[in-house]
Amino acid sequence: MTEGAREAMIQLEKLSRIYPVGDTEVHALENITLAISAGEYISLMGPSGSGKSTLLNMLGLLDRPTQGIYRLEGRDTQGLDELERARLRRERIGFVFQAFHLLPRLTAFENAALPMMLAGTPAGKRRALVTEALAAVGLSDRAHHLPNQLSGGQRQRVAIARAIVMRPALLLADEPTGNLDSRSGSEVIQLLETLNQSGITLIIVTHDPDIGSRAQRRIVLHDGRIVEDRVA
Amino acid sequence: MLAKDLMTFTWRALTTSRLRSVLVVGAAAIGVAAVVILTALGEGARQYILGEFSSLGSELLIVLPGKTEKGGGPPGMIFETERDLTIEDTVALHRLPHIKAVSPLSVGAIDMSFGAHSRAAMLLGSDASLLETRNLKMGRGSFLPSLDLNKAKPVVVIGTTLAHDLFGNASPIGQWVRLGDRRFRVIGELAEQGTSLGQNLDEAAIVPVASAQALFNNPALFRILIKVDNRSRLHKVEASVRRVLTQLHQGIEDFTLITQDAVLSTFDQIFKVLTLSVGGIAAISLLVAGIIIMNVMLVSVSQRREEIGLLMAIGAPPALILRLFLLESLLIGVFGAIVGSLVGRFGVWVIAKIYPSFPVATPLWAYLAAASTALGAGMLFGWLPARRAAQLDPVRALTGR
Ligand SMILES: Nc1ncnc2c1ncn2[C@@H]1O[C@H](COP(=O)(O)OP(=O)(O)OP(=O)(O)O)[C@@H](O)[C@H]1O
Ligand SMILES: [Mg+2]
Repeated sequence: MTEGAREAMIQLEKLSRIYPVGDTEVHALENITLAISAGEYISLMGPSGSGKSTLLNMLGLLDRPTQGIYRLEGRDTQGLDELERARLRRERIGFVFQAFHLLPRLTAFENAALPMMLAGTPAGKRRALVTEALAAVGLSDRAHHLPNQLSGGQRQRVAIARAIVMRPALLLADEPTGNLDSRSGSEVIQLLETLNQSGITLIIVTHDPDIGSRAQRRIVLHDGRIVEDRVA
Repeated sequence: MLAKDLMTFTWRALTTSRLRSVLVVGAAAIGVAAVVILTALGEGARQYILGEFSSLGSELLIVLPGKTEKGGGPPGMIFETERDLTIEDTVALHRLPHIKAVSPLSVGAIDMSFGAHSRAAMLLGSDASLLETRNLKMGRGSFLPSLDLNKAKPVVVIGTTLAHDLFGNASPIGQWVRLGDRRFRVIGELAEQGTSLGQNLDEAAIVPVASAQALFNNPALFRILIKVDNRSRLHKVEASVRRVLTQLHQGIEDFTLITQDAVLSTFDQIFKVLTLSVGGIAAISLLVAGIIIMNVMLVSVSQRREEIGLLMAIGAPPALILRLFLLESLLIGVFGAIVGSLVGRFGVWVIAKIYPSFPVATPLWAYLAAASTALGAGMLFGWLPARRAAQLDPVRALTGR
């Protein structure tokens, strides 16, 4: 193991994810070996079904590899139980989804506060940090709006506030602009880039070459394999 | 997750789908209310019967002529005749220790008249001790005087209904009335007594036992009532009564001894079983409520797959998801129990309004049993849906697969 590899935040070694479908198997990921350092800005591209979401879910500890090794911040994730995986997701990882996944009955503030609530943070401390996160995404004046009172771009920004409220090290965005018009889409990308500049590791899955080309490092998947991994 | 946050989160989830929550809480409430109302009826019936008999007092021993049970005495005795209970028997019993009072009792129907007013009455022949043995209360005047049991005296004590029917609101004391073909002077009027032992004493006329025997032309007694000085000696006294009477009756036990306790405990048992079984039937509706809770929660889990996946993605472990959904069905149970108890109470109140003389009362255990069954049903039947939620694969839940 090289010195650099040990310092990497994320290390995948010969990682595969195989879905059994009927009698056959779908190799969603095949033999992925990859190292990502803290603070990187990576775009993940590739045709539909190439395994982008599967890889992102793997990195976010929402899925387990069929084979291979995933080390996060030096720890092999293989031996972690559900409780520890949940804790890492809560504290180290933030997710941003294409479909926002806000709870419609909760206000923007409450949605953004959810991870802290799950973590058991007392309400007083929560208020300060959530207010800060909402300010960071430019939604201080919309804190008490319900999701259906917000535009798509605003909803995605609430979701980003939720993703960063615990100050994670890793931010995973799966087609974050997929449901947005180009203007609010680019606002969201700019917001994510700002967060990256402040130190967070950012991985964005996208179909949009313009967005993909903004990242310093571009990884392209095809049929579950990395076919391109280029630093601009 | 902090307890307060768990609570508010679950509360918000329940209040968001308000109609669903109201319906399922209603189902649980119906079950609880059914248990409360039905056990109230059963318990009411029990207390009604107990009230009837406990006015006798638990120190009472009753002797009936004739043997109602089998056993005792050699079988197949052809010449076994049944002796009546007599004044002599009563006198003999007086001599036993630990006895407070012994009352002979003869009973019959008779016509009673005062002036132009006439009506049928129940005639009781006894003596001064009846006041003690039957726990009678005087309205006005005095009760029968202490006399030799074989001595007749034309005095009568009458019940309130009888007094009112014959004398209106005027005092009957000192008036001469006609019982059958003899004249008696009214010396007392009972206070209102109500029914006990199947006799409505408000319609009774009480005369010395010898006078009653003369009127009926029959020396046989209907009952002998014995009051012991202390409840704890009841069984001892019962044994000595049995011995003395058997001796007097030429060694044949041709009478029956009953105690209030024996009668009461039989009824008590019957009604306890009855209450438990109606309560049990009502509990079936709680079971149905439990199944409804389960189905509603299962639907809720499948409708909220996206939410569950999201919660997992942002760091909720399966155990927390389980707790969230269990708490939700538990809350349904809690509200079902509260609403059901209130509705049940109201139902009992309505029954009490409609039938004021029937003592409906839900025993505390029925409330506790109904409420804890509702909570238990919420937990038990909430378990499966909650576990299903906790076992969801977050990726599939989020993508709607
Ligand atoms: N639960 C599953 N069961 C079976 N096959 C699956 C499952 N999830 C994903 N797959 C398969 O794995 C492969 C990769 O899927 P994935 O969702 O990662 O693709 P993707 O690159 O994100 O595509 P898209 O751009 O359309 O989002 C696909 O062939 C898909 O059909
Ligand atoms: Mg995808």
